[in-house]
Amino acid sequence: MKRSFAERLLQIVLLIVTTLSSMPAQAVDYQRLVDADVRKFQAFFRKEFPQVKKDDFADGVYAIDPQARQQWKEVEEFPPYEPAIDEGKVLFNKPFANGKSLASCFSNGGAVRGNYPYFDEKRGEVVTLEMAINDCRVANGEKPLNGMKGDLAKISGYMTFISRGQAIHVQVRSAAAYKAYLKGKQFFYAKRGQLNMSCAGCHLQYAGRQLRSEIISPALGHTTHFPVFRLKWGEIGTLHRRYAGCNENIGAKPLEAQSEEYRDLEFFQTAMCNGLKFNGPASRK
Amino acid sequence: MNMKRSGLFAIVGVFLLPTFANAADNPLPPDLKKGKEVAFDMNKGNCLACHMMGNGPDPGNFGPPLSQMKERYPDRAVLRKHVWDATLKNPTSVMPPFGKHGILTEGEVDAVVDYLYSL
Ligand code: HEC
Ligand code: HEC
Repeated sequence: MKRSFAERLLQIVLLIVTTLSSMPAQAVDYQRLVDADVRKFQAFFRKEFPQVKKDDFADGVYAIDPQARQQWKEVEEFPPYEPAIDEGKVLFNKPFANGKSLASCFSNGGAVRGNYPYFDEKRGEVVTLEMAINDCRVANGEKPLNGMKGDLAKISGYMTFISRGQAIHVQVRSAAAYKAYLKGKQFFYAKRGQLNMSCAGCHLQYAGRQLRSEIISPALGHTTHFPVFRLKWGEIGTLHRRYAGCNENIGAKPLEAQSEEYRDLEFFQTAMCNGLKFNGPASRK
Repeated sequence: MNMKRSGLFAIVGVFLLPTFANAADNPLPPDLKKGKEVAFDMNKGNCLACHMMGNGPDPGNFGPPLSQMKERYPDRAVLRKHVWDATLKNPTSVMPPFGKHGILTEGEVDAVVDYLYSL
């Protein structure tokens, strides 16, 4: 007997439903969840600062403050971080005691900024550029470098410099990676410290407003340009040094550079910058 | 390290000129002077980081200007509660809970509220 069209349709629908529901659990598309967050996050800032071109968010506070941008452009003509880049280059190529060098650990002559941070599925943790540099040293019998400043910031400054223009495309492909991402996200939005403030409170909710005479940078673009040479520091420093500073300013305990918390935070913050380009190092007040 | 002292926005401090109340300001009665000092002190209230108030130098603009407080908060307890813990009224407020988190002592909160009432 000929079945009705409706019956056949129902059968097809049932088939599709059973196939979908019997798909293995690991087929959850974490990247799609992250992409949805990224869209929402970036849409917020695009709406808040409609005059800013998307790529310009990589310039931090200077994307939204035309007056400061002018002065900053002038500073960048003779970048204060230039000597650090030169020193970083020397350190990158300098042989370890075993004769190898950092250059032996990295492909593309060290122009690999665009690959970091990433979630290492085997190790089950986020690997940042600074961590990879120290891992390379340790693997070759050298001591790890200070994660806040000094040689490590110079080396990552050099590697970032030769990677300028590389796209940011953080990927979250597994449940473990998503968990690290969520931890970073939680860190960004949670209030902490004696002053009970969150990163989001300042750099999202009140981005562009003035805290005393300081204009608050949008969180979109936070990780694009590190390490930075800060006039206040008088030297080049890492992103995690900045994290520690902002933590301290709200009366919260600053964490160690390359701690799991800061790496997860960097992972989340960099994912939020997906679609922008790395343009570090940069100079800042 | 003493978190309270290292406190709010040492970052911003560097860029501030050492400005003091200019001579044209009317002198405050002594009981209000303490509240003003606590409110302006960068390691205490640092209200100026976020609010325009009493002609203080370099005010921020996270929060609204603080003026005509007596008219706007006829019930002193309501105003005090806001300074003690702003999240009671607005759970997502970024304003630090000065009393609840011990950033200011109870006496300092009272002094600040006295000062607010003069604005
Ligand atoms: C009380 C307000 C406040 C809070 C809370 C805060 N910051 Fe900041 N942050 C600032 C100010 C002010 C600056 C310097 C001006 C600027 O570039 O935004 C800054 C700068 C930064 C920068 C450097 C931006 C650049 O382009 O060089 C980063 C990155 C940053 N903050 C991340 C964070 C993170 C992550 C948190 C939470 C752990 C946080 N901040 C919490 C006020 C804050
Ligand atoms: C980090 C930012 C910040 C600091 C520091 C801060 N405030 Fe606020 N304040 C705000 C914001 C934002 C609001 C707006 C309402 C809200 O979100 O709670 C506010 C609101 C207020 C209000 C209610 C204003 C109105 O128009 O009804 C009072 C009163 C007030 N603040 C007093 C103070 C005093 C006094 C201090 C210092 C002891 C202080 N604030 C420090 C951010 C701040």
